[in-house]
Amino acid sequence: MAQASKGTAIAPQNEFQRSLRSRLLEDYGILLVVLTMCIVLAILQPDYFLSAQNVTNIVRQVGMNALLALGLYIVIVTAGIDLSVGSVMALSIMLLAMVDKAGLPWPLVLLVGPAVGTSIGIINGLGLTLLRLPHPFIMTLGTLNAVRGLCNLVSGGQPISGISDEVRFIGIADIPLPFGGEFAVIPVSAILLLVCYAGVAWFMKKVSLGRHIFAIGGNPQAARVAGINVNGVLVFVYAASGFFAGLAALLMAGRTGSGYPNLGIGAELDAIAAVIIGGASFFGGRGSVVGVFAGVLVMGLLRNGLNLMNISAFWQQTLIGVIIIFAVWIDVLRRNSGQRK
Amino acid sequence: MQAKGSSGDGEILLEARGITKYFGAVTALEGVNLTLSRGEVLGVVGDNGAGKSTLMKVLSGLFRPSEGEIWVQGRPVVFNSPRDSHKAGIEMVYQDLALAGNMPIFENIYLGREPGRKVGGLTLVDHAQSRKLAAEHLNRLQVHVKSVDQNVEDLSGGQRQAVAIARATAFDAKVVIMDEPTAALAIKEVGKVLDLIKRLKDHGVGVILISHRMDDVFYVCDRVMAIFHGRNFAEAPLKDTNRNEVIGWIMGTKGHATGLAHDKVH
Repeated sequence: MAQASKGTAIAPQNEFQRSLRSRLLEDYGILLVVLTMCIVLAILQPDYFLSAQNVTNIVRQVGMNALLALGLYIVIVTAGIDLSVGSVMALSIMLLAMVDKAGLPWPLVLLVGPAVGTSIGIINGLGLTLLRLPHPFIMTLGTLNAVRGLCNLVSGGQPISGISDEVRFIGIADIPLPFGGEFAVIPVSAILLLVCYAGVAWFMKKVSLGRHIFAIGGNPQAARVAGINVNGVLVFVYAASGFFAGLAALLMAGRTGSGYPNLGIGAELDAIAAVIIGGASFFGGRGSVVGVFAGVLVMGLLRNGLNLMNISAFWQQTLIGVIIIFAVWIDVLRRNSGQRK
Repeated sequence: MQAKGSSGDGEILLEARGITKYFGAVTALEGVNLTLSRGEVLGVVGDNGAGKSTLMKVLSGLFRPSEGEIWVQGRPVVFNSPRDSHKAGIEMVYQDLALAGNMPIFENIYLGREPGRKVGGLTLVDHAQSRKLAAEHLNRLQVHVKSVDQNVEDLSGGQRQAVAIARATAFDAKVVIMDEPTAALAIKEVGKVLDLIKRLKDHGVGVILISHRMDDVFYVCDRVMAIFHGRNFAEAPLKDTNRNEVIGWIMGTKGHATGLAHDKVH
C-alpha cells in the first residue's frame, strides 16, 4: 500500500512538469518560428531586411491584420468565429470618411470607426444569443454580406477620398527617433498596436470577464452553473471584435487617406489564419495574445520576405495556406504528446 | 424554529413545496415536496427520467419551477440563476462536474466568484490570493493535488470530483446538492468522496445526495426519499427501511418489494 501510493505520488509530479513544459511550448513555441524567420531573412537579405526602413514598413503593413486578429482572438477563445470583420472595417471606413467630408470635428470622426464596429459587433452577439442561431459562423456570414452591401449602398460603390490629416494621424504619422537617421522612426500605429495588445493581454489574464471568456471556451455549461451570464459575455466578445475592426478602419483611413467600399475583402481569413498560426485552438479556451502577435508577424514576415526576394504574390498565398496547415498539424502533435493518455 | 418530519436534529435549511415543472407538454415534476435539515444527508433515489436531476436544477436555480415555492431557512426565495442560489448558500455538484478543463484547479474553484478588487461590476482578480485560498480549502477537505495550478483536464476522475466538491464548499455553503458524485469513479475513489460527504455533515452542512448506488445511500444518508414519475413516492429515515424496499420504491412498488430485489438469487 505504502509502495503503491509512493509510486503514484511520483508519476503525477513528472506529468505536471511535462504539462507545464508543453504549456510553455504551446504559448511561446511560435516565437521561435518568428525568430527563425527573422534570422533566415537577415542572412538572405543582409543589406535590406534589418534596415530601419524595412522594419517600419513591416510594422505598418501588419497593423490592419494585427487589430483584426486581436478581435478574432477574443472570439475564437470562446470557440466562436467572426467572419464579418473585413466588411465591418470597410463600413467603418466609409462612414468615417463620409462624416469627415461632411465637416464633423476630427475628435468625433475618430470615434466613428470604433462606434460603428462595436455596434455591428453587438448585433452579431445579439443574433447569436437572442435568435439562438446554431453557430456564430451563420450570423457573421450574414453580417459579412449585409454590411458589405451597405458599404456600397452608402457610397454608391465609389471610393471617398480626401480624409483630413488629423484623422489620418494615427495611421500615417511617425515619431522620429533621436538616432539612426531618416528612417529611424516609431509609427504611431505601432504604439496603438502595443497599447491594444498589452491591454487585451492584461484584460484576459487579470479581469474576471477575461477569465470568464476562457471558461466559456473551455466549458460553457461550467460557466453557466457558476452564475456567469454566458450570453452577456458573448455579446461583449463580438462587440470587442467589432471594436477592433473599427480601429483597424482608422488605421487604414490613415494609410490610404480614403475609404474604399472593397477594403478588406477576405481580411477576416487572414486574421483567422494569424490567430490559428499563433496557437489558439479553434475549439476554444486556448491561445495567448503573444501567440496571436507572433502569428501576425509570421504572415507579415513571410509576405515581406517573399517581396524582398522578388517572389510572386501567387506564391505568397500558396505558402500561407501551407503554413496554416502545418501550424495546426504541429499543434495537434504537440497536444498529443502533452496529453494524459 | 421547529424541525418537523426529519431525522436531522437542526433547523430546516431548505424546503421545496409543491414543485411542478413543465417542459412544453411534458410534466417533469408534479407537486414535489422536499425538506432538508442542518447536518442531514438526504438520499434522493429514482429511476432514470424520474425527475431527480430536474428537481435539483430547480433547487440550484438553473431551472425556474412552473409552480411551487422554495424556502431557505424559513424564508421564501426565488432563484433566477445559479448566482441567486449561491447567495442563499445552496451549491450543486453536477453529474458532469461542470468544470472548465482548460483552466487550473484554483480558477475552477473560484470561477464566477473570483477574489480581488471589485471595479464597476468587474473584478480585478487576485490570482495569488485565489491560489492560496484554494490550497487552504483543499487542505481542509483533505484533498491532495500536486499543485492548484494543474489544469483540470490533467486530473483523474476522482480528483476532478474533489475539485467540483471543493468548488461547492468554498463559500460556506449551507446546502450542497450532489448529483451522482460517485458514478464515474474508480472504487477506491468512491470511499474518499463519501467520507467527504460525512465531513460536510459533521460541519452542519445539509447534503442532498442523488445516487443509484445503494451502497452509497446506505453508507452516508440519514433519510431517503424516492421520486417516481415526477412525484413524491415514498420517504423514510434510513433506519426504518432497507435496501430492497428502497429498490422497490425506485421501480414504483411498495410493500411487496422483496420478490423484485435484484440481489436475490432464486
